[in-house]
Amino acid sequence: MSFPKVVLVTGVARHLGAQVAARLAADPRIGRVVGIDAATPAGEAARLLADVEVRRVDLSSPEIAWLLADTGAEAVAHMAIVTAVDHQSGGRGAMKDLNIIGTMQLLAACQQAPALRKIVVRSSTAAYGASFSDPAVFTEDTEPREVPRGGYARDVLDIEGYVRSFRRRRPDVVATVLRFAPFIGPRADTRLTRYFALPVVPTVLGRDPRLQFLHVEDAFEVLCRSIVERHPGTYNVAGPGVLTLNQAIRRAGRIAVPVVEPGLSAVAAYARRSGLVDFSLDQLDLFVHGRVVDISRLVAEYGFEPRPTAVAFDEFVRGKGRGPLSPDRIRGAERRVLQAIRKARS
Amino acid sequence: MTPYRDSGGSEPAKRGKATRSRTSAPAAASAETSAAASAETSARAAAQTPAPPVDASSAGSRTHTNPSAPATTPVSDKEPAPAKAPAPANGSVKTPKRAAGNGSVPGPAPEPAMGNGSASGPEPAVGNGSASGRARKPGRTTKRAKAPAPAEEPGAADGTTLAPEPAKAGADVWDQRVAGLLSAVRQRLTGDYEVDEFGFDRQLTESVFLPLLRPLYRRWFRVETIGAQHLPTHGPALVVANHSGTVGLDALMLSVAVHDEHLSHRHLRLLGADFVFRMPGLSELARKYGSTLACNPDAERLLRGGELIGVFPEGFKGIGKAFAERYKLQRFGRGGFVSAALRTGTPIIPVSIVGAEEIYPLIGNIRPVARLLGLPYFPVTPTFPWLGPLGLIPLPSKWLIEFGEPIPTADLMDSADDPMVVFNLADQVRETIQQTLYRLLERRPDAFS
Repeated sequence: MSFPKVVLVTGVARHLGAQVAARLAADPRIGRVVGIDAATPAGEAARLLADVEVRRVDLSSPEIAWLLADTGAEAVAHMAIVTAVDHQSGGRGAMKDLNIIGTMQLLAACQQAPALRKIVVRSSTAAYGASFSDPAVFTEDTEPREVPRGGYARDVLDIEGYVRSFRRRRPDVVATVLRFAPFIGPRADTRLTRYFALPVVPTVLGRDPRLQFLHVEDAFEVLCRSIVERHPGTYNVAGPGVLTLNQAIRRAGRIAVPVVEPGLSAVAAYARRSGLVDFSLDQLDLFVHGRVVDISRLVAEYGFEPRPTAVAFDEFVRGKGRGPLSPDRIRGAERRVLQAIRKARS
Repeated sequence: MTPYRDSGGSEPAKRGKATRSRTSAPAAASAETSAAASAETSARAAAQTPAPPVDASSAGSRTHTNPSAPATTPVSDKEPAPAKAPAPANGSVKTPKRAAGNGSVPGPAPEPAMGNGSASGPEPAVGNGSASGRARKPGRTTKRAKAPAPAEEPGAADGTTLAPEPAKAGADVWDQRVAGLLSAVRQRLTGDYEVDEFGFDRQLTESVFLPLLRPLYRRWFRVETIGAQHLPTHGPALVVANHSGTVGLDALMLSVAVHDEHLSHRHLRLLGADFVFRMPGLSELARKYGSTLACNPDAERLLRGGELIGVFPEGFKGIGKAFAERYKLQRFGRGGFVSAALRTGTPIIPVSIVGAEEIYPLIGNIRPVARLLGLPYFPVTPTFPWLGPLGLIPLPSKWLIEFGEPIPTADLMDSADDPMVVFNLADQVRETIQQTLYRLLERRPDAFS
């Protein structure tokens, strides 16, 4: 197996891209790592990228084609995919520009790059959508019944479509698409982690969706292995096992507040306006119907199994601190009730 | 193939008999039936097949109902609890098996922290040393404790395994029960339980859902099962049953039967219509009870995982049919269940359920209301919606559930994509269920006996 001498990582100004670039740079099997982003990395990303050569390139400009030829990149890790609408910088329009146009430009440039051997694209299990008429467990071959409602999910579907046509045009390039479950970890800061940190956690009345999480460390591991090793195809990446939403909330020691389904969109809109949490429509669907994926293809091909969903979630809870209903308190209450009953009976 | 040929031989005559006996013969008194049944059991156990023709010629419809009472459940209809204790003397097939199941199954024990040495899985909090517990305070048995009582009887009788229990549990049974209950509540509150990828919550099912359904199963519908030994002790099987009763209560009763009447206490994973998973509340309960959407990916995944799955190929056509069409099997969908079985080489077990048709006799359907509420139909029964919530109480019909002989499919695995094979097999299953329904109806001349 020949390891790529030059690796290009997009989206290094964000945590995921920066981590992957830093890890690849630390890998002795990889020669040179070039990180690109339209923004200058700041804060922790900048610290991580100390050993990485960073170029400021806007993916939606043709500059990227020149850079690919110039560096002679043999592998590309495409991490510059935005998962949530950022209302401060351009909203949904900007998100779509970066996700769709950025990917199209990058793939067009890749098609022209003779040295390229490998491309790894970040995707999401959101591509499956979530509805009551879906099978309980999605495999990589499951087609979504209908186009998902959320912007991010639709972007992901489009991106995967571009990768498919890229595969047809450059069959010599190993293309890996990784469908990640929602990330979680002791220090992760996503919409999902902010949701679980709310004082009272809104849920949907009469629904207890099955959820899966992926520990961010495992996501980095799978991404790096995809660059170093050779794994063509599409893979689901998620922690094995399932937590239901209520179970997760209880494990976090928080209090669930069920909201009736018809008023859900209104509550989400209120939460968005008041800046509490920002939910997209596909996340609402996730909290109604849940989503579980099959990871046997990943385990068979990579020989690596992410840590279970429950373990990843517990690490997250330990990192963020538990809510008011911690297990110790409940255990204490249990003991007090038991003693009271014993006293009453004797 | 054998089960089909078996029933095929004698069926036409029986079908004629079934209709005749249902219309002409008045209700055979239940006491008489059961007494005769138990009297004849020993004879039946010895010679199973030659019996029916003799009876049919010699006696009227009542005697004809008896021979088909197989050696499994000579239990009286009225009170299951006392009847089960003398059963071993009767030479019944089923009771010893139950006893073995009770004594030796060391616990489906899904509750590691609270299973305090109890052999009966379903009631984690109350099931510790149940034999002694009941002996001490028979009057104080709670509703939850009542359910396992009949099953425990034979276990205690033969129970070498249960013997050391009473001494240990004798200290303070109620204290242990309260502690067990509290720790179970704590586990629920801290999310310390397991759910499988389909959402099946084994702890909740065994400690809440099944105990809630059991009184309905034992007291209200007095379900009798036949041929539960045809269920495999391990490995996958596809249980195919007729569907009826306006709401899908028969599915729940079938799952209780599979869990309680078979010695390996397996959970039947039901496949439900997408309507079930669209409704809030219902979808949550269905998933926790182990159900999932009736689609081929889910069915095959469960079967590959070695699960026992239950399907009702008639779907809404079955449960939503008018009372006048009772016990007439509807079309079997597209035969998706057969291809799932063929692709995984899973045996198909045809099951016939008698009794569910009478619980909510469907005499009408208000289509506009159904459309307004997004329901497949809006039922009108003699009591609903006239009596309001009272109309929701199912009529206490007498139920019989017969598990047929498994139909092997392992040798047909290559023809999963051959529509002709699929249709033929679906037809064979349908015929088997229909013929068994007629036979069972003969056994039960009165729906409410």
